[in-house]
Formats: sequence, structure tokens, C-alpha cells
Amino acid sequence: MVTVRLKVNGVAHEGRCEPRKLLVDFIREDLGLTGTHVGCEHGICGACTIMFNGEAARSCIMLAVQADGAELGTVEGLMRDGKLHPLQEAFREHHGLQCGFCTPGMLITALDLLRTNPSPSDREIREGISAVLCRCTGYQGIVNAVRAAAPILASGR
Amino acid sequence: MKPPKFEYHAPTTLDEAVAALGRYGGDAKVLAGGQSLMPLLNFRLARPAALVDLNRVASLAYIREQDGQVRFGAMTRQRTIEFSPVVAQHLPLLKEATRWVGHLPIRTRGTIGGSIAHADPSAEYPAVLAALEGEVVARGAKGDRVIRAADLFQTYLTTNLAPDEILTEVRLPAMPAGVGYALEEFARRHGDFAIVGIAAMVVREGQRCTMARLATAGAGPVPVRLRAAEEILERDGLGEAAIDAAARKATELVDPDADIHASADYRRHLAGVLTKRALTRAIGVARG
Repeated sequence: MVTVRLKVNGVAHEGRCEPRKLLVDFIREDLGLTGTHVGCEHGICGACTIMFNGEAARSCIMLAVQADGAELGTVEGLMRDGKLHPLQEAFREHHGLQCGFCTPGMLITALDLLRTNPSPSDREIREGISAVLCRCTGYQGIVNAVRAAAPILASGR
Repeated sequence: MKPPKFEYHAPTTLDEAVAALGRYGGDAKVLAGGQSLMPLLNFRLARPAALVDLNRVASLAYIREQDGQVRFGAMTRQRTIEFSPVVAQHLPLLKEATRWVGHLPIRTRGTIGGSIAHADPSAEYPAVLAALEGEVVARGAKGDRVIRAADLFQTYLTTNLAPDEILTEVRLPAMPAGVGYALEEFARRHGDFAIVGIAAMVVREGQRCTMARLATAGAGPVPVRLRAAEEILERDGLGEAAIDAAARKATELVDPDADIHASADYRRHLAGVLTKRALTRAIGVARG
């Protein structure tokens, strides 16, 4: 067993697990943060995408022990003062989700895309979110949401 | 699924990592970015006795210019390469190839050393290493050795790294200023491994070609340098007839296998089509 100390959404946590425990399972089972979803478990579907030290990464193909000392961000950390994050607001406004299973991964991936490319073209948005599979929306609503959120995030709100 | 049990080592120095690896006599795996190895563990297709995780070896992440080469620490992330000004200036082909590697959240973790050591024949970085005649440095118990791209790749997922050796550095010769380059690939979905990819580089003087480089991904068990196709361009120049002849030659030089994704004939066909596309775009980019 190994001890894992890390911060999630700014809050310090500590847990003990086997070295083989996947980070996504640690987040969900040990920390009780079930907003991050488990889909394919082999790094294809992107539902488990989290922020790892400020960059989007797939938590189903990382070990919990690798996150010792790290700062993670998950979908639970996006709301502020009871208000949706502007990107979440845009997803709601533009029908960027239906069943919601991929949404945590979509949001985190889109946030890293917009962090590194604040005003992406539609092609770049599609390339960015191609990292996450959505089986409901046909993606158009998601593209619209990311496009709408971009200037709001860029203006620093 | 979940990974099988393994012993876990997370050394902070390269010497510790080499020592840890050496203790398992080939039963341990090196964990770099984990974007290929972790899925293999989750599926239990790999069942190593131990993992030696390089992610805490800080000395393995760097981009450095030296002796006309750009040298990458093996743990340099693909996302770092994507945004590196040194790479943009001296290795634009590598920058272009990086955009084809997986997806954004794969590239934040995936490393240049891991991609090359994993030696997936469809991967972009091995093709770039072959096209640019790069080399890698491996560290084992007996010290460092330098391995040329042409000697590194043995067959599918197999390099000539010894079980106790760790790939520590990737060295790529700086591309000449004004060089033309392109990486073209075909995959069913963006971000998938290529069914076939072609990395191209041309140095032109007017319609003459003083150097051509062509290497494949996905057209055989290892990246293939298409030397006889390069020679056509170096002899006949960069006109349409020479490009067509080089593309035809490319289809003769590859010996792809069939798999669930594509037949051998289709891959051979793609090698020609993509060679033409890559050369046409590379020539358009080239100055001189």
C-alpha cells in the first residue's frame, strides 16, 4: 500500500491504496468525487479527463500513486459561489450535452484547449474536443458552446 | 479492466532507475507517459513484475541545442514539443507531426522517449526519427550508447534496447533553414494511429532537389526509409513527373501487413498517395 497526498480543486486530501489503483478510481472511490466519469478504461473515450497540475489528462491511464503531490482539477471545482462556470453556462445555453456522461471530460478538455488557444477556429475546436467521445449530441452543440465561451473566458471573467 | 499487481518504483534519478530496472532481469517495464503502457496494463496484455516510473526523474525533461542537433530528454512531453520555439525553428517537421499524436490530453502526458521506445509502427515520432536520421541515447548498467534510427527499430513494438536499458535522450539533426517538409497521414478518425503516414523533407535549389527524405508510418513492422524514391527526386528534380515516379516507387518499397484496419494492398496504395501529397506540400513550403 502507498500513501497518496494531493490537492483536488484546492482542497488537500490523503488516502492509501495499492500502487495499481487507477487515478480515476481513487478520485471516485477514495475521495468520493464522482463527477469524473469512468468510460472505456483505456484512454480512448475521454470521460475521465481531469486537470493534472493544470493540464488536461486522462485519469483512467494514470496511477493514483503518480498523483502524490499533484494538484488536480475536476468538474466539481468549476462552479464558483453557487454559479456555473461560464463554460458550463455555455454548454447549458447551447445544448452541449444530453445524457451528460462525457460532459466532465468535455469541459476539462475544452478548458485546456481555451487556455492554450483562447480564440480557436471551429476546426481547432473540433480537433480539440475530438479527444472526447459523445454519443448524444453529434458534437455541434458542444462546438457552439465552446465557441461561445471562448471570448468570455478570454476576457477573464 | 484494472491493472494486475506489480511492484512500483518511482526513482528520482536516472541511476536509481537503471539500478531498479536491472534488478528484474527483463520482467520490469519502464513507465514514461503511460499513454500506451497503461492501456496494456488495464487490459492485462502486459503483466510486468514491476514498473519503473520515470515521471519523477526531473533530469530527463529538457530541450537543448547542441552540435547541430536538438536533443530531447526522453521524458519531454509531446505538449511541450508542440509549443517549443526551438522545435518550431529547427524541427518544423516534428512540430507538425506532434499535432497528429493522439489528442490534446494524450500529449500532455505522452513523451518523445516513450513514443519512440514503444515503437508502434503506426506512430508519428518513429517515422520522424527515421526521416531525419536521428539517434537515441540508451543508458544501461554499462553506461551510455548511441543508437541510430536505422538500427533501433527491429519489428512491431520491438527495439534493440536491452531489457536493462532506458532510452534517455532523442537527438534530431536541426533541419536546414528554408527546408520543405510535410507529414501526411490517413486514419479513420483524427487522433487515431495512422493506417499509413508519410514524413517528407526536401531541400530545393530552384527545381533541383539537393536532399530528399521520405519515411513511412504504418506501412510495415518498422518505419521505412524510402531511399530509392528519394533518389528519384535528387536525380530528376521536383517536377510533377518526378513526384509521380517517387510515389510509384514508394508503393514498391513498402511491404505492409494486413490487419483489422486495412489490407496490405490498401496500405501500399496509401503509401503512394500520401507520398505524393506530402511531397507536393513539402515542395510548396520549401524556399530556395
